[in-house]
Amino acid sequence: MGFLLDFLKILLATCKDVLPIIILITGFQLLVLRQPIPHLRRLIVGGLYVVAGLALFLVGLEKALFPLGKIMANQLSDPVFVYGTSEAVLHADWKAYGWVYLFAAMIGFATTIAEPSLIAVAFKANEVSAGTISQWGLRITVAIGVAFGISLGTFRIVTGTPLYLYILVGYLVVIVQTIFAPKSIIPLAYDSGGVTTSTVTVPLVAALGLGLASTVPGRNPALDGFGLIAFASLFPIVAVMGYAQIMDWRTHRKSKIMEKKNAL
Amino acid sequence: MIFSIILKKLRDAFTDLLPIIVVIAFFQIAVLKQPLPQLGEVLFGALLVVAGLSLFVQGLEMGLFPIGEEMAHALARKGSLFWLLLFAFALGFSTTVAEPALIAVSAEAAHIASEGGLIDSNSDTLRQYAFGLRMSVAFSVGLAILIGVMRIIRGWPLHYLIIGGYIVVMLMTIIAPKEIIGIAYDAGGVTTSTITVPLVAALGVGLASTIRGRSPLVDGFGLIAFASLMPMIFVMGYGLIVFG
Repeated sequence: MGFLLDFLKILLATCKDVLPIIILITGFQLLVLRQPIPHLRRLIVGGLYVVAGLALFLVGLEKALFPLGKIMANQLSDPVFVYGTSEAVLHADWKAYGWVYLFAAMIGFATTIAEPSLIAVAFKANEVSAGTISQWGLRITVAIGVAFGISLGTFRIVTGTPLYLYILVGYLVVIVQTIFAPKSIIPLAYDSGGVTTSTVTVPLVAALGLGLASTVPGRNPALDGFGLIAFASLFPIVAVMGYAQIMDWRTHRKSKIMEKKNAL
Repeated sequence: MIFSIILKKLRDAFTDLLPIIVVIAFFQIAVLKQPLPQLGEVLFGALLVVAGLSLFVQGLEMGLFPIGEEMAHALARKGSLFWLLLFAFALGFSTTVAEPALIAVSAEAAHIASEGGLIDSNSDTLRQYAFGLRMSVAFSVGLAILIGVMRIIRGWPLHYLIIGGYIVVMLMTIIAPKEIIGIAYDAGGVTTSTITVPLVAALGVGLASTIRGRSPLVDGFGLIAFASLMPMIFVMGYGLIVFG
């Protein structure tokens, strides 16, 4: 009964969340474009699916993804597991948290490699670069980028170093890369930062960070808990431009060698 | 017919979750060597996540995406700058309000802020804080799409705007209260997932292919990049108002 009541409450809230889109589409269609809405029945049925699906997802998220991220964070950073003692540890030793970094890296890699929007981006990158960027090469590069990013993010939470320093360095790398990267890849690379963090990954990774910040001694969730997603959206930009640069450089070198051969 | 489509969606959603399940199972069995507490509840929740996400995406593909794309094309052809910019803003705003990841993370951020003693812990304040966060993000995504559309029309180079944005983010970081910085930086990645990306990408590519001299592949992209940059700036601004 409590579950049903919760579900109904969330269902009502999601109706409100979807309302702006409905107003936008009907408003523009009827008032600006002055045309009847095509396939009205499909739109209504689709809208009902959206509301019901969103509500189910949010309930499931509360029951599965958030607790899961927190449980894993708690177990992996439990003093008994990390230091082998149940005594209170005052200062976190960053070297003792190897499993945390590995878990973060694996979650980052696993969720990114199967991410549908990344597959779409890889397909388009292959098109823009006229084949020099291979789809699988790019997907693996980005997945490694995200894995490294989230892993570095957990390192930051364990050490409690300020987030902005890492991001600042990341931005500087992006700016330097922008100068040297092939021009056609730049917009795609910038976009890839946003698309790799999907609806399932975001809550799980956020909960992992918050859980870590609450169990690692000396850390405060309000100050140190967030930031993992920022890492996960910065590193793909670096990875995509880096990959494009390397491929570009390799094709240049190859064509130079070919020229030399032809000259002989 | 409908049944087989739903079954396919369920399978897709399950394949998305599978890598996560494998990694977690490996750590529970091989590294932590202890059972997952509340396993039943987590499994039930995961089932709801899979079912919910597949229904959600199915609904979007049935109704919203085709109409959104058609409207983006129709407005790009219509050639009225005012309506196009208004549509761009409204599209960014309304899709962000409904973004599932953002709803979840902003509610969590409110909890964390109240546990840290930054805001009162009664449910009204919590809701207000989460709502404020979401509204600043939604407003900033709207603005970001508007600027992105202007860029496509005028043909401004993307990297100047992005690098300029990075500089503003860093300047805001200096003055923003440190409790908001983490969530502000995260807000960039949170906003752009299930609904926003396909609709906004359709707008960008549609626009770039109707304007002469623009290439859809080079000029069509870049809207998402703005949409993940601008929320950082605005959430820090929100933090200045709430905590400052």
